[in-house]
Amino acid sequence: MRVGIVCPYTWDVPGGVQEHIRDLAETLIDLGHQVSVISPADDDTPLPGYVVPAGRAVPVPYNGSVGRLAFGFLSASRVRRWIRDGQFDVLHVHEPVVPSLGLLACWVATGPIVATVHTANPRSRWMHAARPALQSALEKISARIAVSEAARTTLVEHLGGDAVLIPNGVSVRRFEKADPLPGWPGPGGALGFLGRMDESRKGLAVLLAGFELLGAERPGLRLLVAGPGDAADVAARVPAPLRDRVILLGQVSEEDKVRVYHSVDVFCAPNTGGESFGIVLAEAMAAGAPIVASDLDAFRMVLRGGQAGELFATGDAGALARAAARLLDDPDRRAALSAAAAVAVRAYDWPVIARDVVAVYETVRLGGGRVGVVAGGPG
Amino acid sequence: MTWIILIVGVAVLLGVYLSWRAGRLDRLHARVEAARAALDAALLRRISVALELASSGLLDPATSLLLAGAAHDARTAGEARELRESDLTRALRAAFGQPEFRASLRGRPGADELLAELEAAAHQVFLARKFYNDAVAATLSARRRWLVRLLRLAGGAARPGFFEIDDSLVAAGADEQGTDMPHLTG
Repeated sequence: MRVGIVCPYTWDVPGGVQEHIRDLAETLIDLGHQVSVISPADDDTPLPGYVVPAGRAVPVPYNGSVGRLAFGFLSASRVRRWIRDGQFDVLHVHEPVVPSLGLLACWVATGPIVATVHTANPRSRWMHAARPALQSALEKISARIAVSEAARTTLVEHLGGDAVLIPNGVSVRRFEKADPLPGWPGPGGALGFLGRMDESRKGLAVLLAGFELLGAERPGLRLLVAGPGDAADVAARVPAPLRDRVILLGQVSEEDKVRVYHSVDVFCAPNTGGESFGIVLAEAMAAGAPIVASDLDAFRMVLRGGQAGELFATGDAGALARAAARLLDDPDRRAALSAAAAVAVRAYDWPVIARDVVAVYETVRLGGGRVGVVAGGPG
Repeated sequence: MTWIILIVGVAVLLGVYLSWRAGRLDRLHARVEAARAALDAALLRRISVALELASSGLLDPATSLLLAGAAHDARTAGEARELRESDLTRALRAAFGQPEFRASLRGRPGADELLAELEAAAHQVFLARKFYNDAVAATLSARRRWLVRLLRLAGGAARPGFFEIDDSLVAAGADEQGTDMPHLTG
């Protein structure tokens, strides 16, 4: 099958949606399909062979964080050309309600279109206001996929219609085995965090407050933080006596990211909301890290209601500290959680998830027709 | 003079707007048609795989008869199609829900392939129905607009109807995984 996939965010900036698309594309290629991905990227960015650049993306604030998006007639005409030349059997658009390539692709394309919605955002009232503008593009989508119940609810409430639920995948083999970073986790124990340091909904502030409580009682305990953001700013928020025990790695390479999960005794996911699936959580599970996570709906589901990781009241630093302390003191419990997580995560392994996605492709293809472009559009 | 220009201008804008609305409605009807074709194909495929399983000699005669009967009724249903397709789902659920059903077929030549094919076909019915009903909902809501009704922008296109059947195949297991892809056995 010839599949065209549309990525809304810059390819070379790490992010959940980009990783989802990369793993989906590579799994589909392994399964013998022909895949082309179009993504915002500068023409001179090194890209995998299956990615076509759609030009530079502009950083703009969107949905509570700064996204690098591509919009406008120039981007639309590049998408149009790519669709026309691609001769796709199915067009798979990601984040059709983000003002970027996905929405543009819906606008210029005809034929079987599948769309995946990643974001859950219960507060986005403006989406309702934008509905008339979105409607004629979104009405063309033949099949909608949501990666979580929360994402599906957002979609249904704001745009109407329905979606099938296919959860996010994680490439288990990529995370299963890695050496810890040198000197980690160390004799005093280690907590870990991975995600943007400056994005409040990732919840680093909750974890830092929890570490203050724990660090005072446990002189050897360290906290390993990886992810983009201003490290000096974060360090300034840690009380001076604890500062040398909070190690801020900043943004890390893909290989080091895997090693971070293997470097800690307890991995923390203190997110305060807006998380539609928690790919970081699934990665930590694939790496077999014992997990302490916020009691968000999406997290509770991925962690099998607490069987595959400890849940604590969202935003409550004291509850986080108590849950982490219990695990730090109980190696048997950590081993049990780690084993349960490794089993639970298999349901999200990409080869399993991709089969469900292919079933959606095959279903929309039954309706006949191929992907084309609307006459007289841009480009 | 300005009056005439103004009136002509308004008339042109109105014309463009109406033709855009009509075009949108046209696209929606085309989407419904494609989704309906997909749904019909998926239902037929499920019937033919169910018949093949019934006549494969892999099952006991009672289960074979149950499946063959339900599949035949679905194929020849006519008006009562939704009821008969639901009955086929229930028959499949009853067959696959037997204790040790899968274990009893394991290793028999052709059994694994046939079961996998039936599962995939049932899957596809679930998906195709969801996508079809979604297209119908969007179309009906566009047809309800007063301007569309007043000017009969829908033209002669038939009013699509929802297709309601019982296609849920599994009782347990689906929620845990966070997927609503139904599977015949949990």
